[in-house]
Parts: sequence; structure tokens; C-alpha cells
Amino acid sequence: MEFSVNSPVLFVLAGVIIAAVLGQSVYFLVKAFKRGLELNMSKEKLMRIMISSAIFTVAPAVAIIISVITLSKDLGLPLPWLRLSVVGSLSYETIAAANAESAMGLTFGQAVNLNASQYVTIASVMTLSIMVGIWLVPVVCKKMQGGMINLEKRDKKWADVLSNSMFIGMIAAFVGYVFCDVSTVLKGDTSGLIPVCVTLVSAAVMALSGLLVNKPKFKWVNDYALPVSLIIGMASAIPITAWLG
Amino acid sequence: MKKEMSYIDSIHRSGRIWNLSVMVILLLFPVAVSLIFGAVPDMHGLIMGLIATAPMYWAVGVIETFTFIPMLGAGGSYLSFVTGNISNLKLPCAINALEQAGVKANSDEGEVVSTIAIATSSIVTTLIIVVGVLLIVPLSPLLESPVLAPAFAQMLPALFGGLGVVFISRNWKIAIAPVILMLVLFICVPALDSGTVGIMVPVSVLFTLAVSRIMYKKKMLD
Repeated sequence: MEFSVNSPVLFVLAGVIIAAVLGQSVYFLVKAFKRGLELNMSKEKLMRIMISSAIFTVAPAVAIIISVITLSKDLGLPLPWLRLSVVGSLSYETIAAANAESAMGLTFGQAVNLNASQYVTIASVMTLSIMVGIWLVPVVCKKMQGGMINLEKRDKKWADVLSNSMFIGMIAAFVGYVFCDVSTVLKGDTSGLIPVCVTLVSAAVMALSGLLVNKPKFKWVNDYALPVSLIIGMASAIPITAWLG
Repeated sequence: MKKEMSYIDSIHRSGRIWNLSVMVILLLFPVAVSLIFGAVPDMHGLIMGLIATAPMYWAVGVIETFTFIPMLGAGGSYLSFVTGNISNLKLPCAINALEQAGVKANSDEGEVVSTIAIATSSIVTTLIIVVGVLLIVPLSPLLESPVLAPAFAQMLPALFGGLGVVFISRNWKIAIAPVILMLVLFICVPALDSGTVGIMVPVSVLFTLAVSRIMYKKKMLD
């Protein structure tokens, strides 16, 4: 069979794997939903969580399509479709593909008409380099969760502090990232302030939503506050970039 | 009589089966392509490509696994490590859902909420990408247009602005030290940028845990 990076066979292979992963998500969703009902959580509450999570996911998922388009210039559509639907992220997939191409004397972004051998090599590097989480979670998850439950029994207050600290630690890293280019202002380049301004807009929308939620008429805002702050923040980047970029 | 399995045990059992099965079929993709097209990998390219990529991502994978499991819960962990995009999508989605439902991550209800949020997010992401792939020809000029490019480039600042204001205002005593440390590091170390923020998450989490433990012991969080 003649090889092409967009061969229908590759679409079928990628589609089968993505369908299996979709099956896993549906299986866990149904299981958790039933468990929620057993715990006397109302059906309406569980549905609201699903709807809010779905709305929140739209903008980041569209950003992932852009990553698929970027990678498809070298690799065709099936491989980026598979990689970004399962396990991957743009930064990782780009680095893995670029390293594999570079090892074969190719330049990432300019590799046209890959042959089957080059394609298999790139797909293998992308697959093998990011397998750790998939097999390590089954090995350690039960023990770690058991440890968390024991901690909860021993010292509930510290278990709550620990849980909040982990979330804060992650958020702090991203707050730092937002400011990573601010020093360019000293060189007369104001573009480093763009992410800072976008963060402030998004934070202001969220704070305003927080105030609204306290009024009984606007309690429903709670379900949509984060997706709305995300979308308004992203939209604000367009005029802010025109102004500072 | 056979003892009935608890919910959490059944999650671990099915999670193990699903994850290991997905791992096998993912590995089969390059094997199948190789067999169908009669092609062998370029061994030099494969080894050099793996040497350049795998050690760093294996190390990051191990650290991320230990960092994210306590935050994602059991069901959320099995799913997230298969579907990817954890720190920029699945974890914020779970945090938002826990906040919205008013339940704690380490409770039975938290486990349910986090799993529902991550599963829904995974399904919606997969379906949106399918639509994107089907409509790639008309969508490409729109999504890659210079007008919309700044909006997608600033997705993470827009996401963590909203999420940050809620969590930092509620846990400001815990947040001061890690936020200052991360600001100093990201402003002063040029190598830290969007490509390395994922590596800094575990660093920041470990630092925050150490600071909170000291504050907790000294009763500064009462």
C-alpha cells in the first residue's frame, strides 16, 4: 500500500484508539454519576456539574484544534488528531516530533512528504516518550489514595490544608508564568504586559461574579463564572494585544 | 459468599484495566503502521529521538503522577493520565466543579464530582477535536486568523486569572510565599516560560506543602 501521512488507514487506526478512550470516559462518567445518586447528591446538581464542565472545556478544546492544525503541516491529520485526543499536549508533541525529525536530518515545520519509515519513527518517539503516567497511575494510585484516607482519619484539618496547598501550589506556578516576560518593559517592549493585563481582566470578571453570587437572584452565576471569565479574558487579549503588542 | 466491592475499589480495578489496555493499543499504533506499509523505523532516528525526548518527559511524568493524583482523585487520575492536557484543562475543570458543588476534594462527594467533571471534559474535548478534524479546511483560516490569534495565545493567563482570584483570596496565608517565589523565579530566570511552566508546577506544589506544614505546626493557619 502506498504511504501518505493522510492515508485513510491511518484515520481508521487513530479513530479506533480515540473511540476506545472515549469509551473509558463514558464508563467513568456513568459510574461516578450512579455513585453520586447513591450518595444522595441530586440529579440536578450532577447535571449542572456536567453542563458547567462542558461549557468550560469549549475554549481550551478549540485551542487544541489549533495545535492539531499546527502539527498537521508536517505529520498529516491522523497522528496529531490521535496524539492530542489521547495523552498529549502541544508543547510535548511539538518537542517530541521536532526531536525525532531532527535525529533524521529533517527540520520541524518544513518536513514534507514523510515516508513510512520516518513516520513510524516519529510516531514511536511521540508514543514511547510520554507513557509514564498511563502505567504509573495504575501502580501507585491505590496506595496514594489509601495514604490520603489514612491522613484524613489521623488529622482531618491538616488533610484539608494539604489539599488546598496543592491547588495553591499549582496556581502559584501559573501566576509566576503570567509575569515571565514583564522584564521586557525595561527594554521598551510592552508586549510582556499582555498576559498580566489578560489575567487581571479575567480575575476582575471572576471577582464580580463572586459578588453577584451572594444575591439570591444571581445564584446561577456560580455555575458559569469560570467559563465566562475565561472567555472574556481571552476576548480581552485581542484589544490588549493591539494596544501593547 | 463473594464480598461486594466498594466503589473506590471498583474504580481502581477498572482504572487499571482501562489504562493498561489503552497503553497497549497506543503502542500498537506505530506497530500497525509499520506492518501495513511494510516500513521499519529508522533506528538511528528512533534512538536519538528517544534520547533527546524520553528522559526529561519520563522524569516529568513520574513527578506529575505523584503531584496530580491527590488533586484529581482516583477516577480523575486514571482518566486524566490517558486523556492528557491535565494542568491546562482537566485539573482546572475539576477544581472549578469542586468549588461549584461546595465539596472537598478528599471526600466521597469530591471523588464523584471530580470524576464527572474530568470525564465530561474529556468527552467534550474529543468530540470538539473530531468536529475540528472533519471541518479542518473551512476552520483553518478562521482559527489561524491574526485577529483571533492573541485570544488563543492568552488562554492560560485568562484561565488562571479567574481560578487564581478564587483560591488565592480564600487561602491567602498559604498563597503568599509560593506566589512570591514563583514571581521571582519566572521574572528573573529567562529559561522559565510557557514551555517550562509544567515542570515548575511540582516544584511550586512541594514548596507550598513545606511552607503550609511549617505554618500549620506553628498554628499560623488557625
